Amino acid sequence: MDKNHLQRQLEMKRSLLDQGYLDEQFIQLEELEDGDNPNFVEETVTTFYANSARLLQNIEQALGSRPIDFTALDNCMHQFKSSSTSIGATRVKKECTLFMEYCEAANAEGCIRTFRQVKQEHASLKTKLENYFKLARQGGTSAGGHAGRS
Amino acid sequence: MENGFPSTRNDSFPAGLRVLVVDDDPTWLKILEKMLKKCSYEVTTCGLARDALNLLRERKDGYDIVISDVNMPDMDGFKLLEHVGLEMDLPVIMMSVDGETSRVMKGVQHGACDYLLKPIRMKELRNIWQHVFRKKIHEIRDIEGHESFEGIQISRNGSDLSDDGHMFCGEDMTSIKKRKDFDNKYDEKDLGDHSSSKKHRVVWSVDLHQKFVKAVNQIGFDKVGPKKILDLMNVPWLTRENVASHLQKYRLYLSRLQKESDLKASFGGIKHPDMHLKDPAGSFGLQSSINTNQNDVANEHMPDTKKTLNADNPDPQETSSHMSFDHSFATLGSEVNYEAFDCHIWNEAPKIELKREHKPLLQLEDGFSQLPPCAPEHHVKTDKLHPVPSVTSGLSLTARDGNRVSHVSPKKCAIESFPIQSKGHMVVNHQSYEPVSTAISSMKPQGFNLSCLTDFDYCQRNLKASDSTLAPFNETACLLQGDFHNKYFGLPNIEFTDCNDPSFIAEIPVHWYDTLTSDYECPLDPTEYSIFDQGLFIA
Repeated sequence: MDKNHLQRQLEMKRSLLDQGYLDEQFIQLEELEDGDNPNFVEETVTTFYANSARLLQNIEQALGSRPIDFTALDNCMHQFKSSSTSIGATRVKKECTLFMEYCEAANAEGCIRTFRQVKQEHASLKTKLENYFKLARQGGTSAGGHAGRS
Repeated sequence: MENGFPSTRNDSFPAGLRVLVVDDDPTWLKILEKMLKKCSYEVTTCGLARDALNLLRERKDGYDIVISDVNMPDMDGFKLLEHVGLEMDLPVIMMSVDGETSRVMKGVQHGACDYLLKPIRMKELRNIWQHVFRKKIHEIRDIEGHESFEGIQISRNGSDLSDDGHMFCGEDMTSIKKRKDFDNKYDEKDLGDHSSSKKHRVVWSVDLHQKFVKAVNQIGFDKVGPKKILDLMNVPWLTRENVASHLQKYRLYLSRLQKESDLKASFGGIKHPDMHLKDPAGSFGLQSSINTNQNDVANEHMPDTKKTLNADNPDPQETSSHMSFDHSFATLGSEVNYEAFDCHIWNEAPKIELKREHKPLLQLEDGFSQLPPCAPEHHVKTDKLHPVPSVTSGLSLTARDGNRVSHVSPKKCAIESFPIQSKGHMVVNHQSYEPVSTAISSMKPQGFNLSCLTDFDYCQRNLKASDSTLAPFNETACLLQGDFHNKYFGLPNIEFTDCNDPSFIAEIPVHWYDTLTSDYECPLDPTEYSIFDQGLFIA
């Protein structure tokens, strides 16, 4: 285990938490990692991004229809928001909440604008997490700091 | 597992708690699975509500608790919640990212025992076992409350809650009552959702139960909920909680019956070993034949009987016949174990019911001179029944499907099973079929002897015809039913299997035929039937 790597990994995580990209949920995921699932966090994040891409597609489609069905749109976003909470994607979640408020107000423009934010935060977090995991791998640990990645 | 937990888990409870997680989000499914496993629970995950329901239905006692998301694409989480509550009577925890009070309230209204907000922490999952435990205790208490002694016996036998179960051991009624009251209050505080008026344990009288069943039937078993039932029942002093717990027991009862029926493989005269309706052979045949002739008469009675069947309180006048009919058919499939029935029913009947049933039976015997003593007659063997030509024809048993017995369709065997003939057996059977409400309803164990009810109904009819008390008749009928009932509802199957018994056919008085047929006509209300169906087979 590279002490330096571990240190950097921890710092990166700290930064993500402080900046509000991630929250307590992410820590929870790390705590779930154990011998049986040494790469649990990374696997979960991977699952999230694979699934969320599909959910974003649904929202995109709903936003593209004319007239916009705000109820359906709200439902789609609800799914996505729920999924975002699973890995602790705080910033993404905030944008989702804002989006749903616009939905309730049937404000199409607000929805479209906010949706862009949602996608941006979503992509931004993905990059940061990829870096995080990469660092963890390089350091010989899993994302959760477990040694000996399988 | 009605009382307590499987012994394997008892030692280390709550470790090994069998949890079914339903969520369309694969990420959450993965996380929850991991969290629950960390709690030493046994986890099964499901991405679709439909799959979850299938799993639950396939393995009736395979899970202890269900955790489900509220928003799912294939089925609304609340709908799933209702299904699980009705069909399996398992505690259900709802989850959602939406914590709006209205949503949470909706969850509670639909019967959720808890509502978790996402993101869910592991510590929240660690304590879910309390819902399972609480439910068990309540079930035991409910059972105990109704029949007290018998309930206690059973709970004592079945319960693994030895720690808390001390209350069930060797107590007399007084102390039990006291404890019940105490527990009742405790529960109210504990659960926090009891109305303040619920201080006393409700005694579900025959009338009350009849109303209950009526309401359940009216609503439709698959849509039934305590609130709806309560509204329909229109009993001012009754609370939703009372109804809810009664409904729980009722469902438990039904599922127990089904289990019993499943165990009884041998069915007297039934050609098909299959217990399901599919095999109209025995019971259906009888019923249909009976129905054929007198739709009208039967129809009138049917509604009543139906209702009673569902209800715990057999309604002498009511539908018990219907229900039993339905059940008999359904469960009969082709199994009619008269012998088994005899023991079965009485053993199975919820405590209260047993008591009730006995009484009418006795009467029946007295009043119905023709009827041979139930027990002995009990063995109405199928071989004795002969198809009754007139009967068979138009069976319109409304088994499952809807208005008239679809299964039953005039089958030869049906006729054969028509118990009309045999000496008294037949009569009895017929009678039981007929929606003779009085006899049957009283006979009916709470939701337990569906078939019994049918029998009673028939008996009642016949009794009416012969101006005899229903009780004895019913008893006979019930006895005749035997296994059939046991299998499914604990109601005597005799009727069904008897079709093969020529003796049955031979002796039935003509006028009985008429009554019988008419009774059969309306035997099964599709609604009623479906109720049982749902409960037992999970349509």
